[in-house]
Amino acid sequence: MTSTASSQATSAARTGDVVAAVHDLHYDAGGRAIFAGLDLEVRRGRITAIMGPSGTGKTTLLRLITRQVAPARGQVTVFGQDLASLGRSGIYALRRRMGLLFQNGALLTDLDVFENVAFPVREHTDLPEPLVRLLVLTKLQAVGLRGAATLMPGELSGGMARRVALARAIVMDPEILLYDEPFVGLDPISLGFILRLIKHTNQALGITSVVVSHDVQELATIADDSYLISEGRVAAAGTPAQLRASDSAAVRQFMTGSAEGPVPFHYPAPDYAHQLLEADER
Amino acid sequence: MSARRPGTYLLGGVHRFGSVTIFLVQLLIQCVPALGRPRLLMMQIYNAGARSLIIIMLAGLFVGMVLGLQGYDLLRRFGSEQALGIAAALGLLRELAPVITALLFAGRAGTALASEIGLMRATDQLTAMEIMAVDPLRYVAAPRFLGGVIAMPLLTAIFSVIGLYGAQLVGVQMMGVDRGVFWSQTQGAVDLHDVNEGLMKSFVFGIACSLIAVHEGYHAEPTAEGVGLATTRTVVASSVITLLLDYVLTAVFL
Repeated sequence: MTSTASSQATSAARTGDVVAAVHDLHYDAGGRAIFAGLDLEVRRGRITAIMGPSGTGKTTLLRLITRQVAPARGQVTVFGQDLASLGRSGIYALRRRMGLLFQNGALLTDLDVFENVAFPVREHTDLPEPLVRLLVLTKLQAVGLRGAATLMPGELSGGMARRVALARAIVMDPEILLYDEPFVGLDPISLGFILRLIKHTNQALGITSVVVSHDVQELATIADDSYLISEGRVAAAGTPAQLRASDSAAVRQFMTGSAEGPVPFHYPAPDYAHQLLEADER
Repeated sequence: MSARRPGTYLLGGVHRFGSVTIFLVQLLIQCVPALGRPRLLMMQIYNAGARSLIIIMLAGLFVGMVLGLQGYDLLRRFGSEQALGIAAALGLLRELAPVITALLFAGRAGTALASEIGLMRATDQLTAMEIMAVDPLRYVAAPRFLGGVIAMPLLTAIFSVIGLYGAQLVGVQMMGVDRGVFWSQTQGAVDLHDVNEGLMKSFVFGIACSLIAVHEGYHAEPTAEGVGLATTRTVVASSVITLLLDYVLTAVFL
């Protein structure tokens, strides 16, 4: 009895803890099923890693969570609200509590770094200019780019653009921050910066973070929870350590990046020797 | 297959017309808050208007000069070269200035608008705004549309003035038409109705050309090819619509 009660209490606490949840998600694109019954949960104050090989729809998942696209079937819940039940203004109200870091930064090219970070503040608040300045400079200082405030986006390197985009994403103090492939194409130093920033925004600002990436080694160092997506559903879930110790050979192969395993290196092809000889005969 | 094709084209055309109309309504709704942001609007009037000034003025001068030459030659055959001022002024104000300005606007400002918005789409800038809960229709599309609508009549007026000066340059300075007769005839024959016709036309062309440019850019495929296609379609559609509307409006005004 007590154990049932306590398990119910734990489950209730966990439900309260869930910031975003995806249930039985189905989504098709171009006649191909991207998701077929995907279930996952993002818990408050944690860094959730969503991993998977390229083309598994990791970015699409972020588009579904931010309601840029609607699922064919299934439910996406953010802050306890079913996205399908919300109108345009409801979605916009919800998005003000979220931040999304785009792979390419997606900075507004006609505004300088300072104005890019100030953009959401100016659009959503009537704060006096000195306060806007204070807010923006604090966030730029946090990403180490206070000195670059007057540069235009075209003058920034890929890593810097992503840091500016991060400053812009956190300037309105979102409750949840989504990162789309934050490590792609970065040199080791920039990568280290971004890793530390993700950890810092999560711990210092208490922002729930969802990081979508296939860089397993980097993610394993910061993630609290991880999901491995394959063939439209969750192939494995748990801490990075649990995933690495998984019974499934496919999961272990992905986590260690090994060429040997159930996921083949070669695209299906006829017998090699046979095809070479055939070419000879011609 | 061949029998289906005209139908498919027709359906495509109807679908396109519908989508542009819906877009126009959404845009007009967003124009109200956009009017409350003068800085953003001024910037777009500058981009669409001031930056098109040189090409408009040059074109106006040459069109006026050609009008002076051709008009003089034609009127001389009837011995009425004094009427050159009237012919040039009416031709420019009612027809040439609004139409040529619109065609040049489509080539200069329209393509710039379509490619700029298309590139913003391709580089996720519009999506980023949506995620930040800022409606890109309000922040990006409406000010650009309004900027074009406001700039077009101003450009047309400048085209008319420079064109008339060009006609005078050739007719009076080169061909020897009397200056006093040229201007007094012009003043006497042109009334406010003629000026209004030109301005009304340019206003309608401004709406059509800006709408097409913003719509094409906003709905461009997010690829290099898609942005290129949007730019081309802007020029083609704007030019055809301008000429078509010109006929309709002329029929209404006459």
